Amino acid sequence: MCGIAGLIYRDGARNIGGEMTAMLQALKHRGPDSTGFAIYGEPGPSEYIMRFKVAEQEDLGRGTRIRRAIAERKAAVDGLLDELGVTVLNQDGPTEYASRYRIAYDGDMKDLADQMEEIEGTEILSIGNALELVKDLGDAADVSGAYDLGGFRGTHGIGHTRMATESDVDIRSAHPYWAYPYNDIAVVHNGQITNYWLMRRQLERSGQRFVSDCDSELLAVYTAVNLEKGMTLEDSLQRSIHEIDGVFTYLITTRNELGMAKDTMAAKPMVLYEADDMVALASEEVAIRAIIPHEIDTTDPYDEEVRVWQA
Amino acid sequence: MAGVSDSVSAQMGMHTEPLTGRDIKTKFTLRNEGGFAYHFARDVDFNRRAEIDCADLEPSEINRKIRELMDSGHGSIVLRNPGAKHSLIVGILNRMNFIVEGSLGYFGCGLLDGPNVRISGRVGWSFGENMMAGVCVIEKNAGSTFGAALRGGDLVCKGSVGSRTGIDQKGGTIIVGGDTGAFSGFMMQRGRIVVCGNAGKNLGDSMYDGTIYVGGEIQDLGVDAVPAELTDLDRAWLARKLTMYELLPEKGVDHFTKIVAGKQLWSYDNLEPTERKLVL
Repeated sequence: MCGIAGLIYRDGARNIGGEMTAMLQALKHRGPDSTGFAIYGEPGPSEYIMRFKVAEQEDLGRGTRIRRAIAERKAAVDGLLDELGVTVLNQDGPTEYASRYRIAYDGDMKDLADQMEEIEGTEILSIGNALELVKDLGDAADVSGAYDLGGFRGTHGIGHTRMATESDVDIRSAHPYWAYPYNDIAVVHNGQITNYWLMRRQLERSGQRFVSDCDSELLAVYTAVNLEKGMTLEDSLQRSIHEIDGVFTYLITTRNELGMAKDTMAAKPMVLYEADDMVALASEEVAIRAIIPHEIDTTDPYDEEVRVWQA
Repeated sequence: MAGVSDSVSAQMGMHTEPLTGRDIKTKFTLRNEGGFAYHFARDVDFNRRAEIDCADLEPSEINRKIRELMDSGHGSIVLRNPGAKHSLIVGILNRMNFIVEGSLGYFGCGLLDGPNVRISGRVGWSFGENMMAGVCVIEKNAGSTFGAALRGGDLVCKGSVGSRTGIDQKGGTIIVGGDTGAFSGFMMQRGRIVVCGNAGKNLGDSMYDGTIYVGGEIQDLGVDAVPAELTDLDRAWLARKLTMYELLPEKGVDHFTKIVAGKQLWSYDNLEPTERKLVL
């Protein structure tokens, strides 16, 4: 089933981390397997935030050997960054297996990402000027608590609560998906894409790379390629409705935008609340009411409806 | 009692085939008024009113409190701070009054038979599913599959509703003050849908019977849904119903478009299994 939610403020940064946590916790019943956040902070000049993991949460059950491997993999990452001339301005390790690095780098970001992922067990969750992508097993309160997102200030974000249906319960299969290796693009999706392999092979033939077998990742890569070609986010969303088969509602974020698209059947839910200063969307109104407890006017977007909001 | 085929609704084109088999009329007849209530229905007093503050309660706790109040004879219950919670006021088989001060989430007011419900906010997906009798009036918008498999009663949304309104509708009346989304009236079998605003694509797709009235524009009709002549009887019924719920347009009801089943799909459905095998 899965639950998705999005939030954007039009008048500056707020406690996006805390509010997204509340929204996603209200959607826990739609998917208790994992929870993910893609939230956008206030970017520093020529800095990047890189979030990556060097193991899965479930690997920790394998005893001391995996802990030694984690330490070795982190050391290999640090060595590679040093070798490539990346300046690490700050680093945090919210969990044993996941890290957040604030870096300065003027080289080829795709080359950096490719080389990092050659290190065993290493997967980059996101790279961006503003994007920070966090996902892990457990509900929103668990993940937000472990990664200290409760006070995260930012302008917009999307999130996902996952009920695993077609792939494993692990971080790799959790949403949101970052559009590897494009900066600041993330997607959450509720639905099934039925021409996934056809579309994926087309994108792979043009040089794109996928880190998972989850159909939702296709939407992120598809959008990133369209934006790179010069298309607007709204045009890409509009096009996706006709090029992508299946039933879906998805939310996509860039550095300063939040977009939404619904398929031709309107088969997957979405409730929308728009105010002068903010927009909130979720699979269920109960998620919006988690941050706006008073009575509000909400609507259901219709089939083939596409919307884009600016931060 | 007059047969169904002689009834006013049959004259209006609501249904053209005789009802046969076991249906609601075998249990509830006009001659046997006591048959309108279930034998287990609570004896409630509509003048006894109680309130439930839903703010810190789970849906199951709220529904349990409703039943406790009904057991103690309360006939009017007010829900405060419902907070768009799911599955509230479900399976109520009693004459009751409910007033909801706020919004409901998914599957609100499902499986009702008898209550009168007023909701000041909006409702989520699948509101009023399988309702058999009663009246529900929603002041704001509603989500998709509004009134799915509705069997009787009046379901009224004064705002706009999502997609697949009245899917698999088997009776009763759905009234929408605003617009409705795609596939409204999909596989409708009986009853009426009234949309004062616009209707999305594939309106009445694969409908077997029943009638849809649309006051605004229809994006397109679904398979086997066809326009029909709006009769004086239709106009009178529309005007009466819309007046009752304060939704009558200033310009009246003459502009409504009436949609019914073309019944071209029936030739296939009427085949015996052996004949169907031959076709396949």
